[in-house]
Amino acid sequence: METVTHDVLLVGGGGAGLRAAIAVAEANPSLRVAVVSKVYPMRSHTVSAEGGAAAVIKPEDSLDAHAYDTISGSDWLADQDVVEAFVREAPAEMLRLEHWGCPWSRESDGHIAVRPFGGMQVERTWFAADKTGFHMLHTLFQTSLKYRTVTRHDEFFATGLLVDQGRCQGVTAIELATGQVYAILAKAVILCTGGGGKVFAFTTNANIKTGDGMALAYRAGVPLKDMEFVQYHPTGLPFTGILITEAARSEGGWLVNKDGYRYLQDYNLGQPEPKPVKRSMELGPRDRLSQAFVKEMEKGRTIETPYGPVVHLDIRHLGEKLIHTKIPFVRELCLKYQRLDPVHEMIPVRPVIHYMMGGVHTDIRGATPLPGLYAAGEVACVSINGANRLGSNSLTELLVFGARAGQAAAEFAAQQSGATKGVLAQALDEERRLSGLLQRSTGKERISTLRKEMQDAMEDGAGIYRNRSALQGAVERIQQLKERTGRATLDDRSRTFNTELVAFLELANMLDLAEAIIQSGLQRTESRGAHQRTDFPARDDDKFLAHSLAYRSSQGPPRIEYLPVTITRWPPAERVYGR
Amino acid sequence: MEKSVILQVRRYRPEAETEPTWQSFEVPFQRDWMVLDALNYIKDRLDGSLTYRWACRMGVCGSCGMMVNGNPVLTCATYVESLLPGPIRVEPLKGFPVIRDLVGDLTDFLAKLERVQPWIVRQDQQVPAAEHLQTPEQLAEYKQYSMCINCMLCYAACPIYELEPAFIGPAAIALAQRYNMDSRDQGAQNRMDVLSQHDGIWSCTFVGECSVVCPKNVDPAGAIQRYKVAATVDWFKSLLLPWGKR
Amino acid sequence: MGKALNPSYKLYHPKWYRRRMPIFWWLGRFSYTKFITRELTSVCVAYSAVVLLVQIWALGRGEDAYRGFVDWLRLPGVLWFHLAVFFIVLLHSITWLNLAPKALVLHLAGRRVPDTVILAGHYLAWLAASGLVAWLLIGT
Repeated sequence: METVTHDVLLVGGGGAGLRAAIAVAEANPSLRVAVVSKVYPMRSHTVSAEGGAAAVIKPEDSLDAHAYDTISGSDWLADQDVVEAFVREAPAEMLRLEHWGCPWSRESDGHIAVRPFGGMQVERTWFAADKTGFHMLHTLFQTSLKYRTVTRHDEFFATGLLVDQGRCQGVTAIELATGQVYAILAKAVILCTGGGGKVFAFTTNANIKTGDGMALAYRAGVPLKDMEFVQYHPTGLPFTGILITEAARSEGGWLVNKDGYRYLQDYNLGQPEPKPVKRSMELGPRDRLSQAFVKEMEKGRTIETPYGPVVHLDIRHLGEKLIHTKIPFVRELCLKYQRLDPVHEMIPVRPVIHYMMGGVHTDIRGATPLPGLYAAGEVACVSINGANRLGSNSLTELLVFGARAGQAAAEFAAQQSGATKGVLAQALDEERRLSGLLQRSTGKERISTLRKEMQDAMEDGAGIYRNRSALQGAVERIQQLKERTGRATLDDRSRTFNTELVAFLELANMLDLAEAIIQSGLQRTESRGAHQRTDFPARDDDKFLAHSLAYRSSQGPPRIEYLPVTITRWPPAERVYGR
Repeated sequence: MEKSVILQVRRYRPEAETEPTWQSFEVPFQRDWMVLDALNYIKDRLDGSLTYRWACRMGVCGSCGMMVNGNPVLTCATYVESLLPGPIRVEPLKGFPVIRDLVGDLTDFLAKLERVQPWIVRQDQQVPAAEHLQTPEQLAEYKQYSMCINCMLCYAACPIYELEPAFIGPAAIALAQRYNMDSRDQGAQNRMDVLSQHDGIWSCTFVGECSVVCPKNVDPAGAIQRYKVAATVDWFKSLLLPWGKR
Repeated sequence: MGKALNPSYKLYHPKWYRRRMPIFWWLGRFSYTKFITRELTSVCVAYSAVVLLVQIWALGRGEDAYRGFVDWLRLPGVLWFHLAVFFIVLLHSITWLNLAPKALVLHLAGRRVPDTVILAGHYLAWLAASGLVAWLLIGT
C-alpha cells in the first residue's frame, strides 16, 4: 500500500472542490492541498449546469429579497442564519469569479447581465449563455492551476474515510490506472463529491453522480440530513433525461399540455401572461411545477410517448435570434438528442431527478459533526435549500460554501499534529477488503441488474408523490438488494482501471443513500416542498419544522432524529406564487 | 429495419496480454441509441470487463472520446443509426498511450494545458471593487475558444501529435488564445514565450483536421494560424524595436 | 478471467500500449492524403527556385552558357515538365492564399473585416505583383 501525506484533502474536484482548494491555498500558502477525484476535474458534473448562478446585483434588489425568495422557496426548511450569510457573500464570490476570467454574459454597456429565474422576485441570476456550469468549472479549474501548493490525484476513487481518535485523518483510495490502493492522509478532509441522482432511474445526472461522499460520511457515523428531499426538475428530455434549463422558461418559454393549454394556471401559480412574470406560472418553484405535471397526468392531459407521458415546452415564440443569444445550448441539445428544432417545434419534457437538497449535515462553516471532516456543495446540507431548491442557487452555493469550508478546514489543519497510529492499520484493512472483493469466488448477481432494480424501487417509492405503502415497499426492496449485493459477481478481476469494481463500490454507496432517503421519507408524515405525501397532504410546522437526521445503524434501517430549523427574521408563512 | 448490429471493440488487458486484440459483440439496434448506449449494453449485459470513460452523456464533459470507424468522435453524440449496417469499429483515441481497452492516458495533455498559463494575468495592485467591463463584442472575440470541453478529439486527429508527441497541441494553443484575446487579460507576452517554440505553434503544419473533428466548433487550427501571425509580428517588433518590449 | 497471465506484468505497474505509426499513415484517411499531396507541391516550388538560381548562374557565366541554358529550357520534354511544374506551383499558391483568412483576423473601426475581403485583398496583391513582374520581363 502507498501512503501520501497532505495537510488538507479535497475529495471531489468539481466547482465546490476547486473553490475550496483555492480557498485553502490562499488562506494559508504553507499548507499542502490535494484534490482527489475519481474523474479529471473538468468532467465533474458542475460542467452540465446550464441556467445560471444567483447573486444580488441590481439596485432594486436586496439581500433580504434574495433571502426571502430562498427561504420561501425552501418551504421554510432552510436555516435562516445560513441563508443570510449565503446571500451576503454571494455577490463577492461571483465577482471574484469574474476577476478570474469567467465569461459572464454582458449588457451592451459591459456590465454583468442577469436573467429572472424560478421563484425569484427580481432578476439576479448571472449567466454565461446557457453553459454557466461549464464556464464556471473551467474557470475554476484553470485558475486552480496557478496555485503551486495544490496537487491533484486524478482518477483516484476514495473508498473510505480514515477516522482515528475521534477525528477524520484522510481517505483510502484506489489509483484507477494501476489498481494500487493509497492511504491519503491529511489533517482535514473536505467532501465535495456532489449528489447521488443515479440512485434513481430517470435523472439529469451524469453516470458519476453516485453519492460517494455522502456514503463515506454516513458510514463514518456522520448523519445525512433531509435526505427525503430530492428535486425533480420539471423539464428533462424524455429518453435521455437530459436537462432543458430553467432559463428556457425565464426567457419566456411556456409549458403546455396536450391541448396546448398553459396548465400551470390551474395550480395556484398565477395567471398566464404573454411575457414571463416573476414568481408566477413557468417561473414558479420547481417542486410545484413537477407536482402540477403529475396532476395533469392523472387528469389524462399529458401527451403519451414511447418513453412515457410528457408535456410540451414551447419556445417558438421567442424567435431564433433570442434563442441563439440566450439559450443556444438548448437548441443544440434538442437538435441532437431529440431530433427536433425548438425554433419550429415544441420540446417534449417531463420531470426528472436533478438535485439532492439533502446531504451530509454541516454547520454554517461547512464543518460536519466529525472533527476534521468538512463538506460543501451538493454533497452537503447546510441547509440553504431546505425542502426545495431554487434554480441558480446551487452554483453560487458551490462558491460560497466551498470558500467557507476551505477556510475552516485550513484553520483546523493548521492546529493539528500528524496522523495517529491507528490510521495505517485501518488503511491496510481496507486494502485487504478491496483485494478480497477482486478475488472472491463467483457470485450470482450482475451489478447492472442490482443497480436497475434499485433505481426502479426508488422511482416507485420516492416519486413526486409518496405514501406509506410505497415507501414501506421500497424499504424492503432496498434491504433485499443490499443482501444480494453481497453476492454480486465481477466479470473484471484485474487491477488496471477496473471500472466494474468501481461500479460495485458505487452501488454499495447508492444503496446506503437509498435507505436513508426512504427511511427519512417514511418518518416525515407531512408534505413540504419536494416531499409530498398523499396520506399526509398538509405541511405540519408543529412537528416537522425540523431537519431529519439519518444515522446509520449496524442492523436494519437508519435511525432518524430531528433538528429544529433555525428561524431568524422570517417566521413560517404560506408559500405564495402567482399573486 | 435492423434488429441488431455488430460492434468490434479494441481490447487491451495489460495483465493478460502484450498487444491489443479485437472482440466482437452483437447488440440490439435501437434508433435512439448512441454508440455509448451500445457500449453500456455490452458492459451491463455481455461483458462487465469492457472499460471506457463516460459521464455526462450530453456532449459537455469530454470524457467519452473514442475512434469510431477510424474517426475521433464523442460516443455520446454519435448515433448507431448513422453507422449502419456495421460492423462498427470502436478503438481508443489515437495518439495517446492505451492504459486499458478504450482508456488512454491523458497526463501529457494535462501537463501541456498547464504550461500555457490558462488563467487571467493582471498587473492590478488591488482587486477591483466591481466587475471588469467587457462588452458583448469583446466577449465575442474569445468566446469561441472558450468552448473547448477538453475532449482531445483534436489531438487524435492531428498527425503531428502522433509523429511528434512533444507538440503542445491544438486544444492547449486554443486555450492560450482564449486568454490572449480576453480583454481582461494582460499575460499575452508570458504565453508568447511558451508557445513560440519549436514544440509550440511552429510544429503545426496546418493539416486542419483538428478543426474538422472538433464537436464544439472551437476552430483550434484557426487559433494556431492567427497565433503564428501574432508571433511573427512580435518577433519582428522585438528585432526592430528591442526597447519597446514590455 | 481464464486468460493466461502476461508474465511481464508487474503488480500495479501495467505497461501502456503505444502503437507504432505506420509509414504510410497518410494513405489511411483522405484528408491526410490531400494534405500530404499538397505539402509535396512544395517540392515543385523549391525546384522552380533552383531553376531560377541556375538561370542566374548561367547568366553570370556568359552568353554561351546562357544560350545553352535557354536551349535546354526549349527541349520538348523539359517544356512539358515545366508546364506541369507551373500548374503544381499554381495549385500550391492558390491553396496557400485560400488559407489567409484563417490566419489574418483584422478589425477595422470596431468591426471584423469579412473573410472574402481578406481573400480578395491577397489575390489582388498577387495579381498586381505578377503583373509587375510580367511587365518588367516582357514589357521592357
